[in-house]
Amino acid sequence: MAEYKWPEEGKRTHIGKRISRIDGPDKVSGRAKYTYDLNRPGMLFGKVLRSPYAHAKIVSIDLSAAEKMPGVKAVKIIQEPGTEIQWAGDEIAVVAAETEGQAEDAMRAIKVQYEKLPHFVNEQNWDTIPEANRRKPSEVASGDPAKAFAESDVVIEGNYGNEIITHCCLETHGLIAEWEDDKNLLVHQSTQSVSANGGQFAQALGMPAGNVHLKMEHLGGGFGSKFPVDRWGIEAAKLSKLAGGKPIKLMLERNSELMVAGSRPSVFAKVKIGAKKDGTVTAWESEAWGSGGVGNISFAQNLPYVFGPAMQDKKSVFSVVSTNTGPNRAWRAPNHPQACLITMSAFEDMAAELKMDPLDFFLKNLALTGTRANVYRDELLKAAEMIDWKKMWRPRGEGAPGSTKIIKRGLGLSLHTWGGGGHASDCDLTIHPDGSVELKMGTQDLGVGTRTVLTIVAAETLGLPLSGVKVHIGDNHFPVSGGSGGSTTVGGISASTRRAAVDALNIMFEKLAPAMNTTPDKLEAVGQKVQQIDNPSNSMTWQQACAKLGTQPLTTRGKNPGKETLTTGGVGGVQMADVSVDMETGIVKMNNFVAVQDCGLIIDMKTCESQVFGAMIFGVTYSLFEERIMDSQTGKMLNPNMEFYKLAGLSDIGNFKVHMMTGKGYDERGVIGVGEPPTVSPGAAISNAVANAIGVRVPNLPMTPDRVLNALATKGEKKGGKS
Amino acid sequence: MQTFEYASPTTKEQAVELLGKQWGESEALAGGSDLLSLMKDFIITPKRLVNLKSIKELDGISYNGRAGLRLGALANINDIADNAQIKKEYPTLAYAAGEVAGPQIRNVGTLGGNLCQHPRCWYFRAGFGLLAKDESGQPLVPNGDNRYHAILGNDGPALYVHPSTLAPLLISLMAKVKTFGPKGAREIALDQFYLTPKADGERGNVLLPNEIVTEVIIPPPGNVRTASYEIRHREVLDWPMAMASVALTMSGKRVSAARLTLGHVAPVPWPADEAAKFLVGKTISEDVAAEAGKIAVAKAKALSRNAYKIQLAQVAVKRAILQAAG
Repeated sequence: MAEYKWPEEGKRTHIGKRISRIDGPDKVSGRAKYTYDLNRPGMLFGKVLRSPYAHAKIVSIDLSAAEKMPGVKAVKIIQEPGTEIQWAGDEIAVVAAETEGQAEDAMRAIKVQYEKLPHFVNEQNWDTIPEANRRKPSEVASGDPAKAFAESDVVIEGNYGNEIITHCCLETHGLIAEWEDDKNLLVHQSTQSVSANGGQFAQALGMPAGNVHLKMEHLGGGFGSKFPVDRWGIEAAKLSKLAGGKPIKLMLERNSELMVAGSRPSVFAKVKIGAKKDGTVTAWESEAWGSGGVGNISFAQNLPYVFGPAMQDKKSVFSVVSTNTGPNRAWRAPNHPQACLITMSAFEDMAAELKMDPLDFFLKNLALTGTRANVYRDELLKAAEMIDWKKMWRPRGEGAPGSTKIIKRGLGLSLHTWGGGGHASDCDLTIHPDGSVELKMGTQDLGVGTRTVLTIVAAETLGLPLSGVKVHIGDNHFPVSGGSGGSTTVGGISASTRRAAVDALNIMFEKLAPAMNTTPDKLEAVGQKVQQIDNPSNSMTWQQACAKLGTQPLTTRGKNPGKETLTTGGVGGVQMADVSVDMETGIVKMNNFVAVQDCGLIIDMKTCESQVFGAMIFGVTYSLFEERIMDSQTGKMLNPNMEFYKLAGLSDIGNFKVHMMTGKGYDERGVIGVGEPPTVSPGAAISNAVANAIGVRVPNLPMTPDRVLNALATKGEKKGGKS
Repeated sequence: MQTFEYASPTTKEQAVELLGKQWGESEALAGGSDLLSLMKDFIITPKRLVNLKSIKELDGISYNGRAGLRLGALANINDIADNAQIKKEYPTLAYAAGEVAGPQIRNVGTLGGNLCQHPRCWYFRAGFGLLAKDESGQPLVPNGDNRYHAILGNDGPALYVHPSTLAPLLISLMAKVKTFGPKGAREIALDQFYLTPKADGERGNVLLPNEIVTEVIIPPPGNVRTASYEIRHREVLDWPMAMASVALTMSGKRVSAARLTLGHVAPVPWPADEAAKFLVGKTISEDVAAEAGKIAVAKAKALSRNAYKIQLAQVAVKRAILQAAG
């Protein structure tokens, strides 16, 4: 039985180095083909007719005019008359035509009669939420919070929350579906779940899973919203059949992408927190509500965040509010950013109340975090050093150095956690007699740098340069690997690849050992050679070694059996933000933003750091700019575009610094994913920095000028909370 | 997009012939950065597009010390930003042009298009019309999300804000617009060019359906100090939430004449005449500038969600004045 472990520090050729994405040149030059870029022979264009109303009953649908339009090849009802539509943008019917324009015209020619029904789309103010839209609250509690509050030296209350945001993938959701014959469906889909989605299509279409071939070369953003095959995906496949099997390209328009292809739930909370004079937090009570549109969410268990495990006396109540808006989907670290914002804001407010430096306050309470307290301590101290906390921090409202009468500067911090252990993953590694190596895996690159990571692991294990390994991903005919969610990809794919490569080497060593007058356990593959460990002069080149395989290539199947030495889960991270706020305009500018993060053994320092950078950009964006704006009167989204659904630009994000915790205590934990954890803290860290700068809390994200000015005008008076 | 006829005249006379006598029949096409989007969304559905870009005389940028600056309606926004003479004689105009949207839009956008563009009001853009009414005729802005809507000139049914960031500055610079229509050429002071619609079907400027802007004339700069201050949430590619453009004629340290125009606060570029009058005879200081800001918004009236814009407009005025005074 082979032993699978990662090479030790000092014995790593590629692992942990700073290696550029191997598909980077393809991506920046436009050679990389995303699903949106593909055009199949004889392809038709699909367009979906969507409900203009947030709540309505379909009375009738008349397709006849659309069917007669030029170029139209198929028209199909998605939801039949009688159906009650629950959100604006829901799918009603779909058409396929020879050009995109013809499809659009035909879509507009479909006549639908609706019976409008009352809708509810804005959940921000508890008092205006109809009883019917409030679901039964859930509660998680332990100890005796009432007693703990009574015994606390200081008790404060605060309101914190965040608006619904959308995923806003730059490559919108969509696919090209085509029937290769009566029985076999070929799908090119933009998805974060290549291996599983063939089966999903098959199930929905009532056909054998083996008859669906699904492919995707490159993915233009998913963030948790691109797991499902989606109703429009199934409909495209059905429409293709109606159109004689011709390929149908159905990519969402930008407005549909923002209206229906996923959102992150809002959460609004009223928090009561108690502490001793020395800064020890003693009790927590929160009453919160939030909405995932028509979707359900479970959130009570997430509060208090990070500091919950060892806190004795706490109570968290959460009410789901249903609205007539599209359902939420997983969004990078589901629930964590909201829970983090609420918890870290309340902690920082308590520190301010006690006139303590929040760094000291958070350090003092680390025992409440449970087993990872020491990691957080190291990370807090490292981040503080990087942002020069002790020199820069000033008590709330005083303004950090560099402040003027109008521009106030402030610092804030936050910490977070996540799992990220590797998912189930299979791969096939083939060594050809000519020495070339191929790796096949039904995975995808959601931003992980999947091809680069796989190449590094295989090349490292086989003692080859990166150019010695060719990687194939993005096809469900390849060995099954998990969907990219929960930051599970890098752990899973690294573990299976390492095992496949170790197994392949062992088979080769068995073959080579007799000819090299040694035993297989004495051989190693390094520097493009196979050599005897204790006598490196007894060696042959990689090419020579592979030639000994004979005519048949050697293929081994690697499998990640789950969490073991190659991948584990559970990470921590600390972020600190330094902002300047214009007290007259309410505009918040990022100065410096620091992230310290652990994620076990790092395969590629560069792609790892770039994931953290990406997460920080996301964080700045949702902290300061992003919100889905719904019109209460019409039930429509008012900003389903990138003009008013604002994302931060390069000049808005400030300076970033990232430090990854590596070496002893970290590397031996194996490979852990990092796509999600660094997106958790920004909201809290930036909100805390703003509060520190301006002297009052801006209760809700995004901290737009109107919200900042309102907070200043009301001097942080508590209002609007659930009472 | 609705099917349309495309005409590409080479003279302004031909263009006027080709443009319909009724609104809705045709649209004049210049850069097209907004018109095409509106057509794709079926917000504007002309039967004919009249391309103006082949009419040579509508183009060009020229300056002389006596006549001032002549900008053809087709003058490209980036060209205005980069023009050496404009940078020298009207540096604020070059700066403000360089702040418009992003490079891609500046590369196709024209001055005429910038001045005549349609509002960004999200109800208008969702197909509810310029006065933003729902199917039953109920106005949507007063009880809707009006965070970006008007705080001045908002007594009537029009509650959107005019989106041009160049118009307020050009008005402060006393620019005139030349137009050409069925009755020939007209010259209109830019501050008389814009209208606030009072009823359905009314337009946001004085142009007839078959009349086009041909050029913009800006008098010689003289002893004028200018500034445009936009308060934008994002650094780039964002509309200001409020802006102010100021032109101060100085006599020694004192202001002898002042022009002050606000943007993104009303359905038209908004002249702040009383604040400008207040500045005359004053030496600019922080207090004077702040007081002018207060006067400029004295008559502002917030809708349900945009009270913050009153503060922003006030700050924009103050900062523009201080910047101009240097």
